[in-house]
Amino acid sequence: MNLFNKVTDYETVKSVLFDGMTLLFGGFGGVGTPPGLVDCLIESGVKNIKLIGNDAGFPWIGIGKFICLERAQSLLASHIGSNPVAGDLMNQGKLKVEFSPQGILIERIRAGGVGLDGFLTQIGMGTNLAYEKPIVKIGDQEYLYEAPITGDVAIVFAKKADTFGNLIFDKTARNTNPYVAMASKITVVEAEEIVPMGTLNPEEIIVPGIYVTHIVQSKGYNWKWKWEMNDKS
Amino acid sequence: MEMGDERQIIAQRAAHEVKDGMIVNLGIGIPSLVPDYLDSSIRVFFQAENGILGMGPTPTIKPDGNLSNAAGLPVTILSGGSYFDSTIAFGMIRRGCIDVSILGALQVSERGDLANWIVPGKRVPGVGGAMELAYGAKNLIALMTHCEKDGRPKIVKKCTLPITAFNCVKKIVTEMAVFAIHDDAMVLEEIMPGFSLMDIKNHTEADFKVSPRLKETSPS
Repeated sequence: MNLFNKVTDYETVKSVLFDGMTLLFGGFGGVGTPPGLVDCLIESGVKNIKLIGNDAGFPWIGIGKFICLERAQSLLASHIGSNPVAGDLMNQGKLKVEFSPQGILIERIRAGGVGLDGFLTQIGMGTNLAYEKPIVKIGDQEYLYEAPITGDVAIVFAKKADTFGNLIFDKTARNTNPYVAMASKITVVEAEEIVPMGTLNPEEIIVPGIYVTHIVQSKGYNWKWKWEMNDKS
Repeated sequence: MEMGDERQIIAQRAAHEVKDGMIVNLGIGIPSLVPDYLDSSIRVFFQAENGILGMGPTPTIKPDGNLSNAAGLPVTILSGGSYFDSTIAFGMIRRGCIDVSILGALQVSERGDLANWIVPGKRVPGVGGAMELAYGAKNLIALMTHCEKDGRPKIVKKCTLPITAFNCVKKIVTEMAVFAIHDDAMVLEEIMPGFSLMDIKNHTEADFKVSPRLKETSPS
């Protein structure tokens, strides 16, 4: 049963990706980054992508695999330390990197996903990460204005999706995924399991399917975690 | 003293700051060694930015790729633990629900400014959650070796590296000393074994007072 016609295949997903798009990706150090959709992004050949997500993954893990191909134009993330290639590309001027405090970044994505016009915070005031962000003064206190973030396309990793796109997540693979799923025009979910509507407990759904446009079946992680590798590099 | 020894000594001393019943967030690097030195009678809940409260030890069998700490290493979850998304992870950090945050540092100033996210032109790790932890944690402890490899002090009058957050560090633990940072002054509280007050003065750029209760710490 595919009443809302959301369950689809990777070839169809490729057709919604385009050069120059802003792509939000879920995951934290690759945990919760959809492996099949990263490969889909790589195989689609799209370029000049503006990436937004928690971090740069590792060179062989998560969004890091795509970053290494030099087809991302920019990256907005909280850190890139686990992917030295991203640091090299940044230093060579091939990848424009903007850093954000981690919790502020996801809150900006949340703001985009829930229709808010941004928020104020003291975090980052007076530091290099204030960039050119507007400063708002209320009484004697100054705040940075943090603008909402939205994307053209989001890629999300879920434990289970029903055919409407209601989502639940697995342990720490949830991380940024629920809000990444809510903040883009097109939201593609790679689910470890796709189940009929009515089989998920409505009390336990984390993301209501209203935000989800495409659902594909996952084949699971296709990379080795750093802790699984024998060399201690 | 070997580099590895210094890190272990710092972690061992920092473990004394963790008390029974606390909610604790540990940064990467030296702070990740702290749990190895906690007394087995101490029960705490470790929180991590990737969405877990009540982290347990490294699994001995079958690690789960979807259950990790903020450094991406496999962990377990204790009874009473919970999973949550990144907004909640940082919501509890900003809101002041973390009793102690133990972070690695590159430089700390005498007024408690923290620099720990970038060495321009060299290391580019990125800020991660450090700015929020510095803003929200009830107590922020910075761990670092006392000096750079070339001998330059890391405890300085004013940070020369890009700032993570101003006026946030409450305590500094190095292999040489423990400092408390109060509103009006930085105070030397402990001298670690093998060092003298003169050693500390020679290797610290920041101005500091000496606590009347100054003690030498025994390592065990």
